[in-house]
Amino acid sequence: MKPAKGKKRPAHRPGAALPIGLKAPPKHAPRKLVTTGDVVRLQRLMTHVLVRPLTKSDGLQPKWIDGRPMEEVAAEFIKPNDRLSAFERLQLYNRMYWFRLLDNMHDDNPGLRAVLGDKKFTRLIEAYLTKYPSRSFTLRNLCSRLGQFIREEPRWTAPVTALALAVTRFEWAQTLAFDEAQLPRLTTAEIAGTPLARLRLRLQPYISLLALDFPVDTYVIAVKRRNVLRTEASNAVDVARAAVRQKHVARPRRERVYVAVHRLENRLYYKRLERPAFLILESIGAGKSLEQAVAAGGAKVKPEQVGGWFAAWMELGWLCRRK
Amino acid sequence: MPANSFNGFTDYGIGIGLRVPHYAHILEQKPVVDWFEIISENFMVDGGRPLQVLDQIMEQYRVVQHGVSMYFGSADKPDRAHLKKLKALVKRTKTPWLSDHLCWGSVDGTYTHDLLPMPYTFATAKRTAEKIRQIRDYLEVPICVENVSSYAEYHVSEMTEWEFLSEVVERADCGILLDVNNIYVSAKNHDFNPYDYINGVPHHRVGQMHVAGHTKFEKYILDTHDHPVLDPVWKLYAHATKLCGVTATLLEWDDKIPSFDEVHNEALKANEFIDGAKKAKSVTSGARPLGAPRP
Repeated sequence: MKPAKGKKRPAHRPGAALPIGLKAPPKHAPRKLVTTGDVVRLQRLMTHVLVRPLTKSDGLQPKWIDGRPMEEVAAEFIKPNDRLSAFERLQLYNRMYWFRLLDNMHDDNPGLRAVLGDKKFTRLIEAYLTKYPSRSFTLRNLCSRLGQFIREEPRWTAPVTALALAVTRFEWAQTLAFDEAQLPRLTTAEIAGTPLARLRLRLQPYISLLALDFPVDTYVIAVKRRNVLRTEASNAVDVARAAVRQKHVARPRRERVYVAVHRLENRLYYKRLERPAFLILESIGAGKSLEQAVAAGGAKVKPEQVGGWFAAWMELGWLCRRK
Repeated sequence: MPANSFNGFTDYGIGIGLRVPHYAHILEQKPVVDWFEIISENFMVDGGRPLQVLDQIMEQYRVVQHGVSMYFGSADKPDRAHLKKLKALVKRTKTPWLSDHLCWGSVDGTYTHDLLPMPYTFATAKRTAEKIRQIRDYLEVPICVENVSSYAEYHVSEMTEWEFLSEVVERADCGILLDVNNIYVSAKNHDFNPYDYINGVPHHRVGQMHVAGHTKFEKYILDTHDHPVLDPVWKLYAHATKLCGVTATLLEWDDKIPSFDEVHNEALKANEFIDGAKKAKSVTSGARPLGAPRP
């Protein structure tokens, strides 16, 4: 359909997916910046250029999303100088954008990299950030939608999607455990005298409860140990380095595990849970009364077991008063 | 005594950026350092080790906040959640002033995590100054805006970068964090004289300076912060210090970070030039501290 006369037509081709959250770029760069709308159009255009995936040779794509040569689009709003064309100047920013974000994702996901291998990992992250560019002021949140993306587009992680998803959830849980809030821990005095049916607690915000189809906690620990060895070997003789390089961490076999990712005295920990304990904690986290939460653990759970779990959770400071 | 009318922190001396590889050394050895600059975003979290380290540092040292994501030049309105977190940190650190960059980096709520150059127009200067005022009023702390290094210029620009910086800070009535390395990098990339830049900004508004290392390529220079400061940058710093007076100064070293002592010793080289400025002239009459109301 032809756009109405006088209306600004977006440069984006109908049917092609836009990065989520970013509105379509203008067809042309504004010639003057008078209104806020002009500034928005210029910034939107440049942002679309920056978030476009790099070519195989790490360059700016030669064609714009409407099919025009990128040289032409760049020259509309960027000045060249006697050494660099407008295209080359924009390319610097396009590269810096991708290198910065890939570096960050690389550092935050050692387990996922080990599962997929570096090449496949990079392709996954490029596809992820192309669909879901950052919506947060901090790079800390860059992986927040990676699990969702893997579920939506399993082709990037096939045939190990289930494992990749488990590792991604586990690694994001570590980010949360690192710096989420710590609320005042529950004391026995606070709950004394409150009937179980009325007592509602909550978990510390830094705790993630994960029901996983793979023992990724031990897998990620092994990967990190191997990476440390590699780093140490980089200061040793070549022979030792080569030996370490060969060391491969085998992918884990399917096994249902229940894990709490948490922190204690500002150090990260992973704690395996029995299934009933996991279900009780999950119910507490969902806002159920303590009576309902204990019931969620199942009829086979003995009172002394529950008592032991609660004693441990209280000692770890996992439980807080729900206000 | 303030060295100029917008700089009440001449006693701050020479600081360095607080970086993770140095945490253990600083906390265990407690080296003598005038002050640390922290990247605000690294501590805009709700708990955990970052805040624990920050509190330990603040027990021993003066801390000044420097941000990388406020994007005064973005057309988007300031993000409320972001400002709320930043204000909580400002209250925690009691930073005497807060700096961030004169740049843009987000649109439609999508972040590039880059410090993108502004189009130098009167309309954007007016809009940017208004945003700085709003943010300062919300945070209740003096703001210094930093010039960025850049690799591209826009056709729509109507003035030089230093004219734009001056226009913004005068309209916003805020301070300047003058990054002399960024001036040098941009001067080489855009073929202007860096001394014209330094001569052209309102010196009485310079509340802080940055120095850093950069990397030269065949056709451009990148602001890499992974080297010692190069001689031409120190010369620019000396010139700026003569014009602005003694100013709180910070060395940025963010990549290939060497030992704490190496970074600190590099930063302390700035003292040679500060001493020169002290001898050169005294510009103290009528001075007011950064952010203080005009008489």
